[in-house]
Amino acid sequence: MNRRSLLLGATAAPLLGLGHFAQAATPIKIGLLEDISGDLASIGLPKLHGSQLAADEVNAAGGIMGRPVELIHLDPQGDNARYQEFARRVLQRDKVDVLIGGITSASREAVRPIVDRLNAFYIYTNQYEGGVCDGSMLSVGAVPEQQLSTLLPWMVEKFGKKIYTIAADYNFGHLSSAWGNSILKPLGCEIVGEEFIPLGVSQFAQTIQNIQRAKPDWLYMLDVGAAQTSFYEQKNAAGVSLPMASPVKIMLGFEHKRFPPGVMKDMYAAANWFEELDTPGAENFKKRWRAKFPNEVYVNDMGYNAYVAVMMYKMLVERAKSTKKDDIRQVMAAGDAGIEAPEGRIVIDPKSQHCSHVMRLISVDAQNKVSTLKDFGDIKPYWLSQVGCDLTKSDPKEQYTPDHLPTR
Amino acid sequence: MMGNLFSYFYQFADVFSFLVLSAAGLAIIFGMMGVINMAHGEFIMCGVYVTAATFHAGLPLPLAQACGTLVAALIGMVLEVVLIRPLYNRPLDSLLVTWGLSLVATQGTLVLVGSTFPGIGTPGGGFEVGGYGFSVYRMVLFAASLLVLAFVYLLFMRTRFGVHARAVMQNAGMAQALGVRRSQVYALSFGIGAGLAGLCGALYAPTMSLIPTMGASFIVEAFVTVVVGGSSVLLGTAPAAAALAIVRTGLNAWYGQIIGQIGLLIAVILIIRVLPDGFSGWLAKRES
Repeated sequence: MNRRSLLLGATAAPLLGLGHFAQAATPIKIGLLEDISGDLASIGLPKLHGSQLAADEVNAAGGIMGRPVELIHLDPQGDNARYQEFARRVLQRDKVDVLIGGITSASREAVRPIVDRLNAFYIYTNQYEGGVCDGSMLSVGAVPEQQLSTLLPWMVEKFGKKIYTIAADYNFGHLSSAWGNSILKPLGCEIVGEEFIPLGVSQFAQTIQNIQRAKPDWLYMLDVGAAQTSFYEQKNAAGVSLPMASPVKIMLGFEHKRFPPGVMKDMYAAANWFEELDTPGAENFKKRWRAKFPNEVYVNDMGYNAYVAVMMYKMLVERAKSTKKDDIRQVMAAGDAGIEAPEGRIVIDPKSQHCSHVMRLISVDAQNKVSTLKDFGDIKPYWLSQVGCDLTKSDPKEQYTPDHLPTR
Repeated sequence: MMGNLFSYFYQFADVFSFLVLSAAGLAIIFGMMGVINMAHGEFIMCGVYVTAATFHAGLPLPLAQACGTLVAALIGMVLEVVLIRPLYNRPLDSLLVTWGLSLVATQGTLVLVGSTFPGIGTPGGGFEVGGYGFSVYRMVLFAASLLVLAFVYLLFMRTRFGVHARAVMQNAGMAQALGVRRSQVYALSFGIGAGLAGLCGALYAPTMSLIPTMGASFIVEAFVTVVVGGSSVLLGTAPAAAALAIVRTGLNAWYGQIIGQIGLLIAVILIIRVLPDGFSGWLAKRES
């Protein structure tokens, strides 16, 4: 049942006259754990595609330091026990140089202790609730200070101070909700309701009633998984029409491509990538993606981040002239390690090993059309270093939250 | 006041119809044949996908839903003849076969159709009572669940097939000796069970996001209702759904969805402890 796809993109190299060198060199192995079946398959498949596109482009351009890139992909099917089993397998048996992947925060936290114990290097590619201060991990997705500190104050100014939070009942939902509260309460907001929904729940009649009773100005949505997105259809059928903000909708779940028009109306999000982005760099990137995967429903931010992760890794190894974690960490510690990504230039913050991003505010209208409302520009991942995480000095391998700060 | 009262009724009706519709097909197959159909969720998914596909092809929604129900029923009958029939006296093996079937169906859909499928908008719009908005379609679902119960009652109590089916259920050997074709009754029962699962999917298709694993979101409720109800659809499923809906609605309203789900499962444990054969076993014992 476990799928193992060995994708040797090196086949392109001989055609370009790089054959002898590339074939002689031992490949750089990338272990990839991405769900392409199970409840999260729809958002996991673009991630696999992003890695494959990056590997092809890297190999076509001569590989990393002349060595071809080899992807070893396993499908954990959204099961955290499989994530652990497969992480051990690719790190110990296949001896990969770097581990990339994981969708939910639960899967990341399942893998991270194994990475730490085996002293491996791991790149997490999703936007997430932030706070992981771990020298073995590079995070290339957006974090709350990039997604929430931009989006939520804008929502408050535009729509009002009464907010209802609906969150998935696991670490991502709880932490993102705590994050929201820590941004919203100082602005004088009132959280008129907060509900945590078990993963897999698909019926929301009670929640919809509770919202109507609490009469919020807007909804803060942290639902996860296909079952929970049934909420939007059901809320509309009951005639509830409120503005909504979420760090995981549209650019991640591409609900506007899957649901009939009107269902996602008035959803607002802050994104470092969304397929409707029309800068020259983005247009070029989308053209290359669509040439390789013409049937992609949507090039989502996770797929984009997965592409960026491989490119970032190439830059790190080439600057370090080594695939050893310690050498790579020295490059990250320099403070100027970055790449020209399709969204714009992004740079690794040495203290937290998270990336800066160019953030934009987007919304969906009644015709499922996405428009850009505001360009926040380059936003640094400042929160971890602010609370005292400095990976250039010490490596606590911890996840911090607004409720769990480092002891200084 | 009016709004709150109606709200309680609406919540109850919503949970009740979800339990009845998701459990009816499973209960018929289990009650009639003793087969635990692990592919029940995938018959529901089949109903959803056929409904959505035919709807996108241009059929009006009610016709598309009829297609979803019929296709699930037909697939059910074919599978009964091909896969289930050789395993009549091997309940554990039939459990394994249907489980394998569910894996094949989920992964097959993923491979053939892809990881997402365009949804259908919920028809009917909303209405207001006492300041709260409600969905018209949810009331349609409640009516449909009552119709399903009425259909099952009429089918088993008022038709020739029903008499044969009950005879086979009580004593298959004796029924066969009297000229009832057991295999025909079983194939039809399995088809009806699969069709009711397809109907459940067809009815919920416009309210959910469509993915290959969506059958799983019905499975817990379906099995729990059948376990509490016992082997008879008529005496079991309806009272079980009503009792569980009351427990869940109350807890959902006062303590939220998590407690509602925990409470539902605790209620099931308690009911099974007191009534080991479920509601239908208890009612049958009181009668005899």
